[in-house]
Amino acid sequence: MTAVPKYPEPATSPIAAEPVGAVALLNNITKRYANGVLALDSLSLAIGRSEIVALLGRTERVRPQPSSCHGLSSPTVGTVRIVGADPRQTAARLRTGVMLQMGKAPEMLRVREHIELFRGYYPNPMLYRDILEVAGLEAIEARMFGQLSDGQKQRVLFALALAGDPDLIFLDEPTVGFDIHARRGMWAQIRSLAARGKTVLLTTHYLEEADALAHRIIVINKGRVVGAGTPTEIKSLGSRAPGASASHGLKIIRCATTLPTLSLLSIPGVIRAQNNDNLVTLTSTQPESTLRELLALDQTLHSLEVRSPALEDAFLALTSQRQSPPL
Amino acid sequence: MSSAPITQSAIYISAFKRDLSIFLREARYEFIRLLRTRSFALSIIGFPVVFYIFFGLVMNRGGHIGSISVPKYMLAGYAVFGMVGAALFGIGVGLAGELAAGWLELKRASPMSPLAYLLAKCCSAIAFGIIIVSILIFLGITVGHISLILPEYLRMIALTVVGVVPFACMGMAMALVVPFSSAPGIANMIYLPMSFCGGLWIPIMFLPRLLQKFAALLPTYHLSQMMLNSLGYASTGSNTSHWPGLVGFALIMLGIAAIAFRRLEQTS
Repeated sequence: MTAVPKYPEPATSPIAAEPVGAVALLNNITKRYANGVLALDSLSLAIGRSEIVALLGRTERVRPQPSSCHGLSSPTVGTVRIVGADPRQTAARLRTGVMLQMGKAPEMLRVREHIELFRGYYPNPMLYRDILEVAGLEAIEARMFGQLSDGQKQRVLFALALAGDPDLIFLDEPTVGFDIHARRGMWAQIRSLAARGKTVLLTTHYLEEADALAHRIIVINKGRVVGAGTPTEIKSLGSRAPGASASHGLKIIRCATTLPTLSLLSIPGVIRAQNNDNLVTLTSTQPESTLRELLALDQTLHSLEVRSPALEDAFLALTSQRQSPPL
Repeated sequence: MSSAPITQSAIYISAFKRDLSIFLREARYEFIRLLRTRSFALSIIGFPVVFYIFFGLVMNRGGHIGSISVPKYMLAGYAVFGMVGAALFGIGVGLAGELAAGWLELKRASPMSPLAYLLAKCCSAIAFGIIIVSILIFLGITVGHISLILPEYLRMIALTVVGVVPFACMGMAMALVVPFSSAPGIANMIYLPMSFCGGLWIPIMFLPRLLQKFAALLPTYHLSQMMLNSLGYASTGSNTSHWPGLVGFALIMLGIAAIAFRRLEQTS
């Protein structure tokens, strides 16, 4: 349906060849703030080299902040290990880069001064020229941070995250406010980071971004993990009936019909039907049989549309279920 | 993996060297940044200079009270006034802004040591203090016709370097306690009364007796008395009687900052 060229998913797990342990290990992380807000609930996650993992969440507040993974405000319960070290120790921070969702850095310093400052924190920083190139800052390196546009400021923050040539990179909403070209550019850079052996953990609320970038998506609702897997797995997760095994022939059928929901559900292959003012959305495991029956039953049917399940459907299904079982 | 003690100390030394270079770089860029922020630089330097010009030079043209040269006497007060401002606004309001913007969180996620960062901020406040004091002295000599010998000048500069520290601690405590939107207002509400009641504008002996007694609680009073001592003027008590006031104040402020910081960690 979309013309977006999909990033090819690796046939095997990217860490299959690596005998070493995970780059980042979150073990049963629970984070409850003093005001009672439960930001994370029993999150366990292991991420390896060259992996891009996206955390997809329902509202701003309940998505895990990199700071909770980073141990700045340490988790209420559970342990976090980054390259084997506690994130509060300098040893862990020397190997990580962080990009937070805040557009404000000191305004009266030039871009190159910001980058020089951050490069100086690390024993083996990335080459200055390389950082400029990856973040696309060659044209504005002499400009004051305060004079930059929002998108340019984001790219500088991205550069600061890369300054130390880290093994693990946290990106919090990396393409917020970007136009389509800038977003695609950023995605390409993130993919090349993973290709170079780095690990990327990103939080996003752009489903397309998680779909395009991530090897694995973790869907979080109210702090709990409600879905985890490759983008394909997540998409089929949302549209399957509880108890049914994962099926590859799943399709979403949309049409305008006067058929009542009850008879729609009895059509062969249909496992879910939603009726929205005569605009019907069916989920079917046998789309061809369903279509034959549907077209035979209703001669006045129109606006027919058949597509593969999208991440959006899965996401809405996973995060709107009241009693979604934790995975 | 057991590492020989030699390699272990080599690691510590290289980490220390890196921390040192981080500190130097942070201090340099903090100073440059503040200097480039015209609104800050002009007001932090301009405020005490303009006050001194009006109250120390213009209103007391060549005035003497007894053997005391009024412009030289007031130099002490306004030098302290200047350095307190540099610390309170440079560090206090600056840190509050960085905290509110989330910048501090990013810095803390990086391998930068917080101590290097705080020391760097303190050093740039000291640099501004030295600039202010030097400008005041220059005006005093050229316009006020005061005579200043080198030891007096050096003592003033040395006191500036040390005297900024307790007010830097106060700035840090303020930044952690006060929300950013009210930080400049609160800074002024602390800065101006503390300066007046410490005898920085009007010499302490001309203030009402009650205020004179109260002044012993104020670090501005203690620092200005020490500054007067360095200029050779008699003040209440010797230097040693004023150090505890400054040190105690600094420790109280550090304690407040530590408590506020812990509270912030729990709620962030």
